[in-house]
Amino acid sequence: MHILKNTNFDFVRWRWHAIALSWIIVIAGLIAIARFGVPLGVEFSGGSIVIVKFDRQTDLQQVRGALEKSLPGVGENAVVQRYGDPSSNQVMVRVPSVGAEAGGSLSQTADSVANALKTANLGNPQVVGTEIVGPSVGRQLTRQGLLATLFALVGILIYVAFRFRFSFAVGAVVATVHDLLITLAFLAFFRYDLSLNVIAAILTITGYSVNDTIVIFDRVRENMGRSRGKPLAEIINTSVNQTLGRTIITAGTTLLSVLALFFFGGEVLHGFAFTMLVGIITGTYSSVFIAAGIVLIWQGRQQVTGKAAAAPVAAPARKPTRRRAS
Amino acid sequence: MNKNLRWKLLTVIGVFIIFFVAGIYPLLGARYNLPVPGWLAAKQLKLGLDLKGGVHLVMRVQTDDALQLTTTTTSEQIREEMRTAGIPVANISSTSPTTFKVDGVPADKDAQFRTISDAQAAANYDRNPGVNGSYTFTMKPNIVNDLRDQAVVQARETIERRVNELGAAEPTIALYGQSRDQILVQLPGVADVARAKEIIRSTALLELKLVESGPAPSREALLQSTGGQVPQDAEVIPDANGQFYLVKKVAAVTGRDLRSAKPSLDENNRPAVSFTLTSDGSRKFGKATGENIGKSLAIVLDKRVRSAPRIDGRITDQGTIYGSFTTEEVTDLSLTLRSGALPASLSYLEERVIGPSLGADSIRAGVLSSLAGLALIVVFMLIYYKLSGVNAVLALLMNLVILIGLMAYVGATMTLPGIAGFVLTMGIGVDSNVLIFERIKEEFEAGRGVRAAINSGFNHVLWTLLDTHATALISGACLFMFGTGPIRGFAVTLMLGLAANLFTSVFVSKTLFEFELSRRQAPALSI
Repeated sequence: MHILKNTNFDFVRWRWHAIALSWIIVIAGLIAIARFGVPLGVEFSGGSIVIVKFDRQTDLQQVRGALEKSLPGVGENAVVQRYGDPSSNQVMVRVPSVGAEAGGSLSQTADSVANALKTANLGNPQVVGTEIVGPSVGRQLTRQGLLATLFALVGILIYVAFRFRFSFAVGAVVATVHDLLITLAFLAFFRYDLSLNVIAAILTITGYSVNDTIVIFDRVRENMGRSRGKPLAEIINTSVNQTLGRTIITAGTTLLSVLALFFFGGEVLHGFAFTMLVGIITGTYSSVFIAAGIVLIWQGRQQVTGKAAAAPVAAPARKPTRRRAS
Repeated sequence: MNKNLRWKLLTVIGVFIIFFVAGIYPLLGARYNLPVPGWLAAKQLKLGLDLKGGVHLVMRVQTDDALQLTTTTTSEQIREEMRTAGIPVANISSTSPTTFKVDGVPADKDAQFRTISDAQAAANYDRNPGVNGSYTFTMKPNIVNDLRDQAVVQARETIERRVNELGAAEPTIALYGQSRDQILVQLPGVADVARAKEIIRSTALLELKLVESGPAPSREALLQSTGGQVPQDAEVIPDANGQFYLVKKVAAVTGRDLRSAKPSLDENNRPAVSFTLTSDGSRKFGKATGENIGKSLAIVLDKRVRSAPRIDGRITDQGTIYGSFTTEEVTDLSLTLRSGALPASLSYLEERVIGPSLGADSIRAGVLSSLAGLALIVVFMLIYYKLSGVNAVLALLMNLVILIGLMAYVGATMTLPGIAGFVLTMGIGVDSNVLIFERIKEEFEAGRGVRAAINSGFNHVLWTLLDTHATALISGACLFMFGTGPIRGFAVTLMLGLAANLFTSVFVSKTLFEFELSRRQAPALSI
């Protein structure tokens, strides 16, 4: 069975359009972030989350009212939403403040939220979960996340430059940074909280996006050794077309499993699945349109041909010239 | 079947059995009450707190406390030595946790002072002379680091003893994060969170100090006899009833000298804690009480005077702490005293309580969605790749079995992000097979025979797979190095999954193909 057979799309022709489109999304995302800020989960911003289970259906407005009444200054900033399956009558309350970090009073705010709900006579709330994060944890996490991303990118840059050539490394890293920015833009559009799980998803996307790009680059390298004298643009087009079936099937199957996470993964994995969803789509798009386009642009107008390219490629572990021709 | 292929098949089956027994069998055994040997059950894949429910606490050890203690002790020793040597006691004060200053050392006693300070402080402090016989002592940077590390390690050990006495099952107490002063405590299934928190963070710093004067109803009244000034070797400590005591700065004995502590009753049958001292402690206590009969001894707990009984005679190896305690306080106090004082105070940075029902919801959703995703992929592979799809599905299942076995073996904990890592591994596994199959198809359509197409497909894709897995491994390693907690769990799952996947997609899948080819004379390609 074939999804696509012997396609011959001119992907390279669209590189400038693709780059323009990506810039538009990224800039729109930056504007959204500048205007509304990045919604940070408590792991980053610090704050208290209290999840309570009522013994009957409760109106969120009443919960909000109860908090505002008994906790002036705190209740107004509370985010109140349903948690998990609607029939479980669970409500999550999030407030951006905590008790003092020094001493033992970190949980003070969370305790007062729980007490306010208990006294409000809304149906015997049981606290089923709390999460209280002091402000210093967020700074540390942000630093760790940035460091992990930075080092991963540098590692990938070095690896790809070593195994392929430098322009390919630039293409792969630009495509990855592109995917990170687009994903952040979509998180900003849809107001998903930047939580620890979302960070895990963003970091997964770096891996996924590079994976996709490398499959195409690998084919480009192979074709460079094989069809000498052809312009690089043509070789890239052929390679993208040859791997197109695989690209679509892989993206499709991964999307299937992520969609399953998105719909059945429960409250906690929701942000993770959404981020992955965006990341897989943009990751596939960037490998096809952005990564190869950047390689071409980086090489400039110096009409690189298969022959000229084959010599310096000579990757240490695999010599394209020694492959059997089919 | 040739010999080479037989060995490959045996390897595949052997690996499958080993990892099945290590990873899957204990899980099935726990669920269906099958006999599982103890050494195997001990290695069982553990569930993280987010799935099991429990308390998760991250705290910071205020290591400055430990530095301050050392600085105060050292400066007080120097004061004591100067007094003994007949040098007029100059002004000695601590200016920060790591520095103290001595002022007004007479010029003619300078050499003598240097000898004393060398003996007391040269090991840990750098001495800088100032003008008019003043000296600044600054703790050496390596000593600062050592003391900080020591304080964190001691705090960890103390917390561990306390948690064990609390009787929590399978607790985790570990150093946490990169800053080296944080401790993670995870207590699965603890119900009374407030009490656990209180016991863990209570400093339980017990000091028995000689009373100079007091009690008095106010600081001013207390200090009347000393001209309104606190003598440099003493300090003012309040009690719970608003009374003030002037006591010696250096304690006669501290919690470190305790051998044991247990709840008991005082002479009026009120709850109290009785303690016994170590032999070293007994000697110190005997000396202090023997020399000060008739004076009072303040029992200071966490910088508060609990009671100040009169010393009626020389006491050596045991005593009682009393003074308006409840029965529960007495139980908790003897627990914390037994486990030793914390070397520094703690502050909580993070506190999560996951109710067991919430954990069960998460695990149900996580497992359900993973299975749904897996089922969708399996159906797709079977439809799209027909018989070859069976190979891919077998390789995928083997991948899962190996991954679970590996995780059990390295003692990884299954968390929610870990489940996400599972899903990602499945995605990468499918991708590897798709890459191989698409390549085989291509080679086949380019006019190769079935065998040649399969061989060429695997050979070509091998390097692509190595490249993609290597880059994914690079990101996984970065996550592992810089991440903490759940992110680390995710990274571990991802890296183990990559290793398992490379083996199954390259070796297992290929062996299955070869096995099918060997059974037919003129093989057809169902792909």
